[in-house]
Order: sequence, then structure tokens, then C-alpha cells
Amino acid sequence: MATTTQDSSMDATQAALLAKVQPTELHEQPLVTNNRDFNWVTDKICRIVETKTPTWWWICMAVALMTASFTGLGLLWLVSSGVGVWGLANPINWGWAIVNFVFWIGIGHAGTLISAVLCLLKQGWRTSINRAAEAMTIFAVVCAGIFPLFHVGRVWFAWWLFPIPNSNVIWPQFRSPLEWDVFAVSTYGTVSVLFWYMGMIPDLGVLRDRAVQRLNKGVYEGGSAIANKIAEGMDHFRKNFYAILAMGWRNAGNHWRNYEMAYLVLAGLSTPLVLSVHTIVSFDFALAVLPGWHTTIFPPYFVAGAIFSGFGMVLTLMLPLRALYGLHDLITQRHIDNMCKICLGTGSIVGYAYIMEFFIAWYGANPYESFAFINRAFGQYWWAYVMMFSCNVFTPQLFWFKKVRENAALVWIMSIFINVGMWFERFVITVTSLANDFLPTSWGYYSPTMVDILTFFGTFGLFSVLFLLFLRFLPLMPIAEVKFVMPEADPHGHRGDEKGDQH
Amino acid sequence: MTEKYGIIASFPDTPSFFHAAEKVRDAGYKKWDTYSSFPVHGMPEAQGQARSKVPVFTFLGGITGFTVGLLMVWWMNAYDYPLIIRGQPFFSPVFPFPIMYELTILLAAFGTLGGMFITNLLPQHYSPLFNSDQFLEVSGDRLVIAIEARDGQYDAVATRQFLEEIGGTDIEEVSA
Repeated sequence: MATTTQDSSMDATQAALLAKVQPTELHEQPLVTNNRDFNWVTDKICRIVETKTPTWWWICMAVALMTASFTGLGLLWLVSSGVGVWGLANPINWGWAIVNFVFWIGIGHAGTLISAVLCLLKQGWRTSINRAAEAMTIFAVVCAGIFPLFHVGRVWFAWWLFPIPNSNVIWPQFRSPLEWDVFAVSTYGTVSVLFWYMGMIPDLGVLRDRAVQRLNKGVYEGGSAIANKIAEGMDHFRKNFYAILAMGWRNAGNHWRNYEMAYLVLAGLSTPLVLSVHTIVSFDFALAVLPGWHTTIFPPYFVAGAIFSGFGMVLTLMLPLRALYGLHDLITQRHIDNMCKICLGTGSIVGYAYIMEFFIAWYGANPYESFAFINRAFGQYWWAYVMMFSCNVFTPQLFWFKKVRENAALVWIMSIFINVGMWFERFVITVTSLANDFLPTSWGYYSPTMVDILTFFGTFGLFSVLFLLFLRFLPLMPIAEVKFVMPEADPHGHRGDEKGDQH
Repeated sequence: MTEKYGIIASFPDTPSFFHAAEKVRDAGYKKWDTYSSFPVHGMPEAQGQARSKVPVFTFLGGITGFTVGLLMVWWMNAYDYPLIIRGQPFFSPVFPFPIMYELTILLAAFGTLGGMFITNLLPQHYSPLFNSDQFLEVSGDRLVIAIEARDGQYDAVATRQFLEEIGGTDIEEVSA
């Protein structure tokens, strides 16, 4: 019994005005297309976890594990023989490790942006992509954390970074931006996990209840006796595994009331957090008195770049997932459009920052600063600058065109360009500033070694391993939130058309 | 006769579920709740519930984080083991601000999650509601209102009748 509460009373002047203006109907693209119902959404998302592991998953997992082993071997090599196996040499003592750290941390930012900032801005389209984006954040932070951890040299002393009493009776030095970074990144990782986990609790409850339902029905047929036994055993595992994680969640109105408040508060906390993390990462550079690093533009520029690269990565991940799992009704063209537009917006900010840096260098009338920037674009690392500029400034400008945004394959390729471009940005900032500093006698040229390259290459494997495990064991999308933005969930019955019987 | 937990009733769509909740509230029941696999907009008001207390826990966490950050930096860098670094002061509220800021957020986030668990009385090992096959369907699309037997107004017959009147179907008594 859907009752419409639409206000039908309208005074004469308003009616006359409307007749004159003839406003066009504003059609908002639905967030879940093809008139799907609640059960379809629940089924679609849960069955990703509940059905037999697809063959492609095993293949991807095998490839990912092999790729990840490069990081393992690279780090083993590093620790057993010393930091000399990396390409670091005076004056360039911050090389790929720092570049990779900033690159991965930046990627993480889109996840928090989608889950927190877009939540505060009440952007309904975040719902179907936020879970995967948050997972991406956490796994990116894991990959990022490896580099500074091993960059300290003697990794077994890395715990000295934390304010824990040690046998030297000495404490961390809190005036250093590097120490701030320890706090920023570890807080970011922890809060992201908390936010991700809390958002998942209702969906874990759903997975638990579905396992219980299947066990209660007790119908395990269709395969051999052993296959059926395994299916039943898996449901026993799911029942217990998800029950522990769901903490007894039972979808009560009272639960939702506190949960929604907690979610909103966490979104409100994560927003200043995500902005602070890359700000503090940029302080690692900006607080050094080195031309090319010592600029006040860094915090906003780094944050915009981080969001840009993160959305690039979200597109890189979500477009194949959408195709593999047939999620076209949940990740619609509207979602892709919006993500492309954010890439366009943040990409333009990044482009503006690149140009503004030149302006500041000129306007500041500091010869060292001017040299640093001219050298960046036309010096020995000109090729890196060209890569950065073309990928980051020109690529996203194509997103102005609807035709481009509607071509999923093209968007995917462009998202890869964005990832590549943003890696080069960090390379340009870190390496070019160090390679040619104040004293020309000490100038150098940095090249990574094989260990550098393979360690970084392996982190993509590590990231993929974690992401594949996430796909297999946890709900890919927030089921409750997707339902919440569907017209059926509206308590006042503002629904386009009446569909058939729901039960 | 076995002990009863209460009565559950299902509702066909979100508007009827929402309005039924308002009617249960107006009928004066206290120990009852709505169950849906998604948060229904405006449901706390329809259930007559006050604003959530979670932000109190957030605040406590945040204030603890800020204070801990401030005192930690002062104690470690200015009191317990002062270090001369670039002629900078041993302590100032400015340079450790990132530490205070991050710890404020960290502990506020823990406070929020903990607050959600505390206010929801979770983790909870067992709820009799899950013994009902119908209740398990809440995870799909079923919308349920449950009135508990411990409510002062509860009466096995009258409550069942009331739930029928407000549009409830598939009414079931759940044993404790």
C-alpha cells in the first residue's frame, strides 16, 4: 500500500508560473538499474562469496602469489646484504622506496574519499563502490608501509619509531616530520580498518544468516556425495566465521540507529584524517630546505594528486570486476561517469599545481628554486617529467567527452595511464630535487637496481593477493547501503513504478 | 508451556513497515524493535527512539587522544629525555600538533566503534529470534517487527491481534 505524500495543493500563482516556465522533468539516473529488488541485490553480492571459486580466481591468485614473491625475495636480499643493494647513492638517498611509498599511500586516498567524504556529501552513488575502494585503501597502505619500514636500514629496529621504551632509554624525536608520518600512516591504516570493518558488520550478518538458512534447509544436492559434503562443510565454516565477525548483529532498528550515527561520525573523522595524511606525507618533503621540495603548495597538491591516483586505481579495479561478476546493474554508467569526472577535476588541479610551481619559482625570484624547476622539466630527468605531465595533465582531459566515459575499455586504459603518471610524479619530485642540489660537484644520477625494481613490482602482486582474498571471503559491496538507495527502501513510497509481488 | 520470547510480524513493503512502527510506538509498547536488512530513513523517530549516544564515546576517545598526544610529547621530548634538535624548543604546542591531531582521530575512531558496540549491546552470543526461519529472511527482504514478552503491555492474544490490525502478516510466536 504505497501512499504518496506528494503535496498536491498548489496556489494559483505558482500554477500559472509553472505553466509559463514549463520546467522539464529532471530525471535522475537510478543507482540500481533494471528494477532489481532487494533479494536480487542480496543474492548477487552474496553469491560472489558463496559459489564455487571461479577458475580465473585461481589463475589470478597463482600469478599474484608469484608476483608477490618478488617483494619477498627483494626484501630478503636487502636485509641479508644491506641497503647497498638499492640504487641509493649520494646525493640521492631517497629513491624508489620513497617514491613507491608515496605512490601507494596516495592510491589509498580514494577509498577513504569515497567512503567518508562522499558519505558526508550524501552522494548515493558511492554505495556500490565504497567497500572495494576501502579494501583497496587498506591493501595500498600495507604495500606502502613496507617501503619506509625497510628504508630505515636496520628493519629490526623499526619499532624505535614508536614511542615504546627501549634499552637506549631514548624516545622518538617528535620535531621531525618523519615521525609525524609514522603517526599519520599508522593512524590512517588503523582507522581505515575500523571503518571498513564496521561498514561490513551488517553484511557479515547477512552472510551468516544465509549460511544458517541453507544448513536449516539441509539440501545439498547436485554434485557427488563428496562435493555435497564439502558444500555443507563450507556452510558450517561460513556460519561460524561470519558469526564471529558479525558480533551478533541482528538488523534491529536500534542497531541501525547507533550504527548509522557511528558511521556518520567515522566518516566525519576520516575526512580530516585523509586530508591530513597526505599533507603530512608532503611535509616529509616540504619541511626540508631543498629547492623543489620546500614549497607551501605541497599539501593541497599532494592531496589532489592522491585522490586523482586513487580514483584511477578504483577504475582499474572496478571495471574488470564489473565485467567478471556481471555487476552492470550495480556499477552503472552513472558511477563510471562520476568517477571519471572526479579524475578530471583532481587531474586538472594537479595540472594547475604543476604550472603554478613554475610560476612560484619565477615569482619567488630565487635562482636555486628556478633552477630546480627548469632542471626538472629540461634537465637529465626530462623523460620522467614528460611522462608525468602527459599522463596526468592530458589524459584526464579526455574525460570531458561523454563518448570517452562510455567506453569502458578506453576508461580502463586511461586509468592505467593515471597510475603510471602519478608514480612518475613522485619520482620527479623526489629524485630530481635531490640529484641536482646546491653544489654541482655533488650532483649525481640515480638509477634503480634490479632489487629496487622487483621489490616494487612484487607489491602489485601482494596487493592483488590481498584483493583476491577480499573478493573471495568478504562482501564486495555494502548490501545494506545499496538497498538503502533503492526506491523500494523509501518509507514514504516515492517509487517510480509498482513492481509485482515481492515475496 | 515453553517460555516465549515474543511475537514477530512481517510487513509487505517499507511504507507499511514504517507506519506500523509508528503505530506500535503510539500503542505504548516499550520492549520491541523493527528488523530490516537496511536502515530505514526516519525509523528512529518512528520508533520513538532518542538520538544515538555514540558521539559521547567519540568525544571521550578524542579528548583522551588529544591529551595523551600532548602529554606524551612533552614528557618524552622535554621532561624525561630532552634532546637538542636544531636549537628548537624542547616543547611547544605547535610542533607536536600532527601527533595530537592523529591521536585524537585514532582514539575517537576507537571510541566510535566501541560506542557502537556498547550502545547496541554487542557482541551478543545468542538471540532467540534467530530460531525463527522467518526471521532469518530479514537478511533478504523481509521486514519484521518483534514485540517482546517482557514488555509490560504484552499479551499473547491481544498483541497478536494488534499486529494483525496494523497490517502484519506471517505472525509467529518465537520461543525463548
